[in-house]
Amino acid sequence: MMVRVLCVLLMFMGVAPVLAQNGPLRIEITEGVIEPLPFAVPDLVAETPASVQMGQQIARVIAADLTGTGLFRELPASAHISRVTDFGAPVQYADWKAINAQALVTGAVNVQGDQVVVKFRLYDVFAGTELGDGLQFVGTVDGWRRIAHKVADAVYSRITGEGGYFDSRVVYVSETGSKAERRKRLAIMDYDGANVQYLTGSEAIVLAPRFSANGDRVLYTSYETGFPRIYVLDVGSVQRRVLESQEGTMSFAPRFAPNGRTVVYSLSQNGNTDIYSMDIATSQAQRLTNAPSIETAPSFSPDGSQIVFESDRSGSQQLYVMSASGGEARRISFGDGRYGTPVWSPRGDLIAFTKQSKGRFHIGVMRVDGSEERLLTASFLDEGPTWSPNGRVIMFARETQGAAGRTSLYSVDITGRNLRPVRTPEGGSDPSWGPLQP
Amino acid sequence: MKLKTSIVMICVALSLGACSGANRFGNEAGGTASGAAINGVVPGSASDPRSAAYFQQAVGDRVLFAVDQSTLSPAGQVTLDGQAAWLLTNTDYTAVIEGHADEQGTREYNLALGARRADAARAYLVSKGVAGNRLQVVSYGKERPIEVCSDEACYAKNRRAVTVLAGGLTS
Repeated sequence: MMVRVLCVLLMFMGVAPVLAQNGPLRIEITEGVIEPLPFAVPDLVAETPASVQMGQQIARVIAADLTGTGLFRELPASAHISRVTDFGAPVQYADWKAINAQALVTGAVNVQGDQVVVKFRLYDVFAGTELGDGLQFVGTVDGWRRIAHKVADAVYSRITGEGGYFDSRVVYVSETGSKAERRKRLAIMDYDGANVQYLTGSEAIVLAPRFSANGDRVLYTSYETGFPRIYVLDVGSVQRRVLESQEGTMSFAPRFAPNGRTVVYSLSQNGNTDIYSMDIATSQAQRLTNAPSIETAPSFSPDGSQIVFESDRSGSQQLYVMSASGGEARRISFGDGRYGTPVWSPRGDLIAFTKQSKGRFHIGVMRVDGSEERLLTASFLDEGPTWSPNGRVIMFARETQGAAGRTSLYSVDITGRNLRPVRTPEGGSDPSWGPLQP
Repeated sequence: MKLKTSIVMICVALSLGACSGANRFGNEAGGTASGAAINGVVPGSASDPRSAAYFQQAVGDRVLFAVDQSTLSPAGQVTLDGQAAWLLTNTDYTAVIEGHADEQGTREYNLALGARRADAARAYLVSKGVAGNRLQVVSYGKERPIEVCSDEACYAKNRRAVTVLAGGLTS
């Protein structure tokens, strides 16, 4: 758990870092990539005999990260002409051009005790230049995957101009058992499904964990008292405490404000569900909506000034936006069907949602004013979107139909491309994608 | 402490529900009336009219709802009339009313919908004279289906409010 990754600029003697400006090695994600960019990542050069295996493993994770975006295509080692055996030696551009590798990632790894030092460089093969400076990461042997993700984030970021998302974690609900006897417990994992750890037992139903903006805490709903109540869990210590709540009420659907001090949530009393906010430190609660209809699933805008939520005040479930202090709300969803579980993107530009229409469920996105609705998926039951830290990918849960129905996690680009299962040891639902780790 | 007891009771009721066919006590109108008037009643069994089992099976412990609705049907009201009468007679029982939804909805919305359904049943019982402090509500949303197919036949049975007894001299 205690992984420290240091990021240090390498000063390579005699090699002036060349920054490619508007060079040919560039992917514009917004345009949607038809043809993935071919790249090569040979095994990292092992600086000691003990580093050989690590060099192979790190190269594989870098390749999996990049390939998994759908934006890149790996040229396998069997196709390589050049072998990279010396991290400092000049790159044989002609050999990489010959196999049409547009990007080349080289690296070196040095394992000493429980410490790993990784250096890497990114080359624009056809321009015959290095893209950005060489970087060095220092971490622990246990945290080697994080170093690989850091390298892949740097590569992704330099080529796309977008922030990365590989060195991030996801909290979700891990599910076992048949539909009628489902057992749920909170779990946390790397974004790619590796390093799963369980944060709670499955004695009581747990639902919808939500990361704080900096990833230090998780809010979730648990039935451990017999009634749904909201808990806040410290990710580092796995200590948790229940939020104050009034006798005879139920609270659920919590989310942090970007400042991490305020929680918005739903409270049901006498059959009516409204949205409240609470200062975590003082337990001071404030009612934000006051209507006989259902108001739930609140989510803050990234600047903390507004809240998007769902309500059936019009007669069916729809999306609304209101000020973070409550008051008048404006409806933003007007399409055919029901809209729920809105989540504001970390960039602030889009709202992801679940849509139910004609017996099918969809994950979709719309602009903040409700325009330009786009449905990204369709299935028997897709639900509960969460945003990657860079606002380019959405993770969600899909449940299959029928008595043997099973829930698992998927991700999809906001372009609607690259729908992929996220492999977890058990079933999974209610994912919440945390921030890029420092 | 009181809370603890009711949790235990919920668990007992749920496991009962899991191992017997839902049809056994899924009759909205209640009253299969079989075995109700037999001499030599076994205390706590369904033939003991003061027992939770009797409440569950003979009175009928649940009411069903239409899609996305929390309005009580006429049949549901008949069941609740029976529940109210029973609770007014058997005053040593308290109850937790569980609201449930079918799987065709998002998680949070279904929790809120289950809360509406449970409260509709509770409000009806209170209107018939059952003391409000004997009746708690909880919503499970779509978390605890009793029927698992993905068809209306199952959905109809999952959209329910179930009155789960706690306390009582026998169990």
